[in-house]
Amino acid sequence: MGLGIKGLHKEELMARRDKTPQRLTAKGPDVSRRKFLSTAAVAGAATAVSPRDAARAATAPVADAAASPARAPSALRPSARMAAAETGTPKELAKATGPDGSDFMVDVIKTLDIDYVCSNPASSFRALHESLIDYGGNRKPEFITCTHEETSVAMGHGYFKATGKPLMMLCHGTVGLQHATMAIYNAWCDRVPVICIGGNDLDAAYRAPGVPTYHSAQDINAIVRDYTKWDDQPVSLQHFAQSFVRAYKIAMTPPHEPVMISLDLGLQQEPVRAHERETLYIPKYVPTAPPQADAGAVREAARLLANAERPVIVADRCARTANGMRLLVELAEALQAPVIDQRARMNMPNSHYLSQSERTAALISNADVIIGLELGDYWATVNAFIDNGHDGLGVNETRIKPGTKLIGISSLGLVTKANYQDFQRFQSLDVDMAGDAEATLPALIEAVKAAIPNDRRAALEKRGEALRKAKADSHERTKAAAAAAWDASPISTARLSMEIYAQIKDLDYSLVSSGNVSGWPNRLWRMDKHHNWLGGSGGAGQGYSAPAAIGAALGNRDIGGRFSVSIQADGDLMYTPGALWTAARHKIPILSVMHNNRGYHQEVMHVQRLANRRNRVASLGRDLGPIGTSIQNPDIDYATLAKSMGYWSAGPIKDPAELGPTLKRAVEVVKSGQPALVDVWTQPR
Amino acid sequence: MKSRSVIGLAALAAGLALAQASALAASAEKGKAAFVQHGCWQCHGYEGQGGVTGPRLAPNPIPFDTLSNFVRTTSRQMPPFRKEILSDEDLADIYAYLQSIPKGPDPNSIPLLNP
Ligand code: HEC
Repeated sequence: MGLGIKGLHKEELMARRDKTPQRLTAKGPDVSRRKFLSTAAVAGAATAVSPRDAARAATAPVADAAASPARAPSALRPSARMAAAETGTPKELAKATGPDGSDFMVDVIKTLDIDYVCSNPASSFRALHESLIDYGGNRKPEFITCTHEETSVAMGHGYFKATGKPLMMLCHGTVGLQHATMAIYNAWCDRVPVICIGGNDLDAAYRAPGVPTYHSAQDINAIVRDYTKWDDQPVSLQHFAQSFVRAYKIAMTPPHEPVMISLDLGLQQEPVRAHERETLYIPKYVPTAPPQADAGAVREAARLLANAERPVIVADRCARTANGMRLLVELAEALQAPVIDQRARMNMPNSHYLSQSERTAALISNADVIIGLELGDYWATVNAFIDNGHDGLGVNETRIKPGTKLIGISSLGLVTKANYQDFQRFQSLDVDMAGDAEATLPALIEAVKAAIPNDRRAALEKRGEALRKAKADSHERTKAAAAAAWDASPISTARLSMEIYAQIKDLDYSLVSSGNVSGWPNRLWRMDKHHNWLGGSGGAGQGYSAPAAIGAALGNRDIGGRFSVSIQADGDLMYTPGALWTAARHKIPILSVMHNNRGYHQEVMHVQRLANRRNRVASLGRDLGPIGTSIQNPDIDYATLAKSMGYWSAGPIKDPAELGPTLKRAVEVVKSGQPALVDVWTQPR
Repeated sequence: MKSRSVIGLAALAAGLALAQASALAASAEKGKAAFVQHGCWQCHGYEGQGGVTGPRLAPNPIPFDTLSNFVRTTSRQMPPFRKEILSDEDLADIYAYLQSIPKGPDPNSIPLLNP
């Protein structure tokens, strides 16, 4: 490997360029303690054909040029030795010594208080890897070994939603990033920051041939540019410092999104360049205040809401923090308006009488004013799509009365890109505000309170009373629905959910992911805290739940006192089963209960739908669902799978009577600090 | 399109008469298998308990004629099962199965639902 050649070559070139070095005061905290590489040491290390020879060979033409007024050539003819060096096999040079570029990178990273770096190790970031663990002491960030890059990203995704802090993920810029892309897309759709770093060896003349060259690209960031908020490819250490702090700042400004940095291996491995030795600094990170909606539009929205007869509040990614929940309750109470929680975040305490998600259809169809707060899909909130058109196309229907006024606050429009369609169908609104909903709520609440006419206060109170009763009635209906097939085998998803709840309800639990169990936990568990529910994947890319749940559980472990529980879909787990090993390896306590319906159930229904539409009997083969949609024959033994990775495990459980006692044992295991998995054969949804 | 739906209606009328006759001899046991084989379980659950993907069908299913008419002709979220892909006999058996499903426990008597 020509590492010495490469490092030395660039140092020498720098020395030539940097004719009049200026000594500037180092502004970064760690630069002054560096022992900088001396030029003499570099020159002394040179053997064989060094760049210095090339420089010497260059003096003659330069002298000629001085004799004549004609322009000096910008490039030089190669000397015989240089030509021989270029066409022959480069000789090994002594390794340059001095402060390493990647040590400086660690200094930069450490200023941002990042807890973990999730990574599957790879040569293209070996220098940074080595600096993180040996120079950085493997603390802040600590290395979390992942078995797949999708896991690395998804762990950061879950961790942020549990803690509000972003993680860093490191991957090969090519093959690793290709693995990571789906998880980055999920994070993008879910408005979650992940600091992604891809190693890339840019210098084609000096990088190692073979595999490292397969693993290099001109522009690794290209494949994620459509679903990252910003990306860069720094070419100097100072550039890295600025890029990293900038990336962090952009990712952490609502709307939160993943960012990507391509990190040259040469830059990581080289010593700090001569001209940067005294000048390198680390920019200070100052958070950006989130964008608020326009004050005039807020007043107009408040006027409509305050004078509405049947206003409805719909929230999706509204409450970024626990304070967002508190604000939403305040808005709802000021208006005595029902809240539909679309649950991408924990927006509204579900025990509150104004939390009325169970009544979505009735509320939307009767509303005269609807306000949507950070909705992922406003169109589908006020329209229905029936996937059963005679011509193969779906049927679209409005769900609202004519004249219903629509208001929206969303930061989505601030980061809309063209290619991927996460912006959903177009919906016209009457008052459409670009801005962060949580940041705008204080102003909206104030404006609403000011806009409510005194003579309407009694009517508002009456509305609140009616909503209290409607809530109680709908809760009874939900319970009745949950009781259906209570003793069935396979076990109903309602029974599954309530058996889990019985074991954890007195703990400070955090449901870190929940598969597709008809929303029973959100409908029947008491959820009053922001971390009781962390929302879903965002982009519905499979392979999210297992690693994101484990990432969230890592955050909950560090916060302390929280019990992490996940309802894990079978199909999802098989994308990233290696995440289980990471949980066991890093002692991340989490209770995973399988929602094992032995199929890709969404697709089971899709293929059935198409077979019916074409008047054909769906071919099942030996399975329950149409061929290709089942995960059966053989059935996967998830308990054995988890056990093999270091989990405590049990199952498959098919008899509902066995579920409670098994879960009780699993909860004790998790309380002792270990991960546990209980496999349960369930009804489809 | 139009001509097909006319044929469909004619077939439906004939089918209804047949279905009513065979409903008498229907078998709940065979119906349970048909409920799985024809995919009704996918959206309604193995016991017809319903969920977010389809409504509850049992216990106390809607009258057979209404059910049969709906299953054959629906154009909403549920895809229609015409006679060509679901025989009158199978549908009658499915109905017998739905009728055989006992009433579950009262939700207020289940401790887990009243924490
Ligand atoms: C792909 C999903 C799906 C499948 C498969 C399916 N259904 Fe349905 N079914 C639904 C939905 C959704 C509804 C609610 C009405 C609507 O939107 O079409 C429904 C409604 C019904 C109703 C009307 C219930 C009422 O109370 O009004 C009956 C009866 C019914 N289904 C029977 C069946 C039978 C029998 C089968 C199997 C032969 C079956 N369904 C297969 C999704 C499905």
